[in-house]
Amino acid sequence: MRMQGARAGEHPATAIEVDGLARHYGEREALSDVSLSLQRGQTLVVFGPNGAGKTTLLRVLATLLRPHAGSVRVLGESLPGDAWAVRGRIGLLGHEPLLYRELTARENLRFHARLHGVAEPRVQQALELVGVERRAEEPLRTLSRGMVQRVAVARTVLHEPDLLLLDEPWSNLDPAAVERLEPLIGASSARTRVVCSHDPGGGLAEADLVLGLRAGRAVLVKAAGEVAPEEIVELYR
Amino acid sequence: MYGKGLRELSIATVAVMAVALALVFFWAPLEAEQGFLQKIFYVHVPLAIVSLCGFVVGGVFAIQHLRTRDSRWDMRSYVAIHMSLIFGVATLITGSIWAKGSWGHWWEWSEPTLVSFLIVFLLYATYQPLRFAIEDPERQSRYASVFAVTAGAFVPLNFIAVRLSSEYLHPRVLGATSNLPWQMSLTFVVSLLGVALLFTTLCKYELTVKHTRMQLRALRRLAERRDGATSGATSARRARSAAPSVHATAMTARPPRAAGGTTGAAGAPRVARPGS
Amino acid sequence: MSATIPGASGASGAPGAPRTPDASAPASADERQPGLGSRPRRVGTFAAVRALLRKELLVELRTLESVPGMSLFAVTTFVVFHFALNRNSVDGDLAAGILWVTLLFAAILGVNRLFVADAEEGGFDAFLLAPVDRSAMLLAKALTLLCYLLVLELIAVPAFALLLLGPSLGHALPGLLGVLLLGDLGVAAIGTLVAALAVRTRARDLLGPLLTLPLLVPIVIGGARASAPLFVFGHAGGPPARWLLTLGLYDLVFGLIAYALFDFLLED
Repeated sequence: MRMQGARAGEHPATAIEVDGLARHYGEREALSDVSLSLQRGQTLVVFGPNGAGKTTLLRVLATLLRPHAGSVRVLGESLPGDAWAVRGRIGLLGHEPLLYRELTARENLRFHARLHGVAEPRVQQALELVGVERRAEEPLRTLSRGMVQRVAVARTVLHEPDLLLLDEPWSNLDPAAVERLEPLIGASSARTRVVCSHDPGGGLAEADLVLGLRAGRAVLVKAAGEVAPEEIVELYR
Repeated sequence: MYGKGLRELSIATVAVMAVALALVFFWAPLEAEQGFLQKIFYVHVPLAIVSLCGFVVGGVFAIQHLRTRDSRWDMRSYVAIHMSLIFGVATLITGSIWAKGSWGHWWEWSEPTLVSFLIVFLLYATYQPLRFAIEDPERQSRYASVFAVTAGAFVPLNFIAVRLSSEYLHPRVLGATSNLPWQMSLTFVVSLLGVALLFTTLCKYELTVKHTRMQLRALRRLAERRDGATSGATSARRARSAAPSVHATAMTARPPRAAGGTTGAAGAPRVARPGS
Repeated sequence: MSATIPGASGASGAPGAPRTPDASAPASADERQPGLGSRPRRVGTFAAVRALLRKELLVELRTLESVPGMSLFAVTTFVVFHFALNRNSVDGDLAAGILWVTLLFAAILGVNRLFVADAEEGGFDAFLLAPVDRSAMLLAKALTLLCYLLVLELIAVPAFALLLLGPSLGHALPGLLGVLLLGDLGVAAIGTLVAALAVRTRARDLLGPLLTLPLLVPIVIGGARASAPLFVFGHAGGPPARWLLTLGLYDLVFGLIAYALFDFLLED
C-alpha cells in the first residue's frame, strides 16, 4: 500500500507516520499507543528513562521489529508488509556498532558496502569523512571506543540513507569527534532524523519534534518550541 | 470456547476404551506363538501410531502458527507434541515389555519401530528445554514452531532410514499388522480408535486448562490495576485483545524460573507450573 | 493514514541547510564530492551471498576458530578410538562407523561456532538492515559450513587412512568422496538451521548438539552403510545406490525445509 503519487524510492514529505503503535514483550507493553508524524528533514528527539521503549521504537522504525498493533509508515512504506522497500534507505546507529572486531575498518565498511550495493570508492570517502583513514587497516579490536564509534557512524551513512535513526549517538565521542561527525549525522546533515537522547538541553536544541516516553507510553508529543526543559526532566522522575 | 464438547468427548473415549479392553481380554483370539503376551500389541501399536501422528500434527499446527502468527496454533502445537511425547514414552515402555517377553531382553535393535521411536523421542525431548531457554515469548513460539516443523518432517524420513538399515535382519514381528484374522483386526481397530480418542481428549483438556488459566491471570491483573497496584508497566490483557496474546498461551508451561519470575508484570503472581 | 502529496513543504528543521526539492538524498556535507556514492538499491541474492561468504572466510582466516579445532578434534578422536577399541586397524562396518561418528562430532563443533560471532557482535542487525533477501544468510552460512567440512575431511580422511584404516583406500576414494559430499550437504543444511535456532537461546552450547545429533542420525545411517563396502580388504565395491538415494533424499528435504524456515529465525 503506497501513498498516493509516491513511487518506491521517493522520499515523501511525511517521513514517518506512526498511529497507535503497540509492541509487547510477553505480558509487558514495551510500547503502547504511540502516535506521531515527522516531516522530511525534521528531527525527532525521543526522551525517556531506561526501559521506556526508546530503543524499541527505534528498532520498529528500522524494520527490525514488527509492530504488534497500530500502523507505521516509514518513508511512505507501510511496515511490516513493505519493509523490504525501506531497507537500505535507513541508517541505524544503536548501542552496538554492528561491526566485526576481527576485521579492519576498511574490511567492515567494504562488507557493508557490498550488502547495500554501494560502490567501492565510497568506502574510502566514508573513512576520510569520519577521520579514521589512518587506522583503517587495523583490526577493530585494537581501536578505542571512540574510534569504533566513528567507524560505526561511517557504516551508518555509507549508503546515504534518507532516514537516520540514532540511539544516543554522541556517547563515546570526544568534542573533536562530535564536531567532525555533526555534518554527517547531526542537525546540519539536513537528513530526517530520529534521535534518542538523555540530554534535555542538547536534545531540545536540535529537535523539531519531541517525544517523551515513559513505560512505553507517549506522555509528551509536542513541537520543540512548545516544550520546556522542566517537562523533560519530569519524565525521569 | 475450548471446553465445548469436552464432556461428550470424554464419555466417548471412556466408552470406546472400555469396549476395546473388553474385546482385547475376552474376545480376541490368543495368538499361537506368543500367547497372552501378544495382547500388548493392541496397546503398543496404537500408541505408536497415535504418537507419530501427534508429532506430525504438531508440525502442521506449527506451520499454521508461522503462517498466521496466531499464538493459539502455537499452543495447540505445544500440547500435541507434549502429549505425543508422553504417548511415545508409553510406546517405548510397552515395546520394551513385549521385547522382554518375546526375545528375552529389554531392548531389540532389530525392531525398526522401536528404534525409530527412540531417536524421535530423543529429538522431541529437546523441545521443552529449547522453549525454556528462550525468554522472549514471541521468539520462543516462533523458534519452537520452526523446530516442530523440522522435527515433524524428520519423523517419516527417520523411519525410512531405520527401516532400510534393519531390513537384512529378521522380519518384523512386533509390529506386523497384516495377515491378521478378522477378529484381531477388529479388536485392533477399536483399540486404535480408543487410543486416538484418549489422545484427543487429553489434548483438549490440557488446552482448556491452559486457556482458562490465562484468562484467570488476565482478570487478576485487571483487578490489580483497578486497585491501583503498581506503575503502568502492566496492562490488562482482555481475552479478545487484537494483539496476539502470545504471552498467555503456550508460555503458561514455563517453569518457575525464579520464585516469582516475571517479565515486568509487577505484582502479578505468576501461575507458573513446570510444563508437563 | 493521511495521504500527503509528496513535495508539499514539510517544514525544514535543519538550521540553515538548503533543502533540495527533489526526492533524492538531501544535500549534506558529504554530498559535495562529485560522482561518488551510489544510490542504495536492492542487492541481488547472489551478490549478497558472495559478500557474506567472503566476510565469513575472512573472519575465519583471521581467527582460525573453527577449522583447526574441528580437524584437531577428529585426529585426536581417532587416537582415542585406537585405545578405546584396542585395535590397530579396522575395516568394514567398524571403520565406517568410526569415521562417520568422528566426522559428526567434529562437525558439531563447527556448528556450535557458526553464528556466535554474529550474535555477539550484532551481525544479525547489520544484515537485517540491508536490502537483501534473508535467504542469502542461510545460503552463505551453509556454504561456509560446507567449506569447513570439506577442509575437515581433507585432513581427517587421510589421518584416518593412516592411523586406523586397514584396507587401502585407492580406488574406493571416488566413491567415498561422493558419499562424504552427500553427507556434508545434509549436515550443512541441518547444521545451519539448528545453529541459527540455538544461538539465541540461553544454553546454546548444549542445545546445539542435543538438537543436531538426533536430526543427523539418518545421515550417519546412510553414510556409514554406504561407506562400509568401501573399507574392505581386496576388491572394494561401490557405495550401494539405495543409501546414496537416502542421503540425497534427506539433503533435498531438509535443504528445502531449512530454506523455508530460516527467515522465521531471523526476524523479530
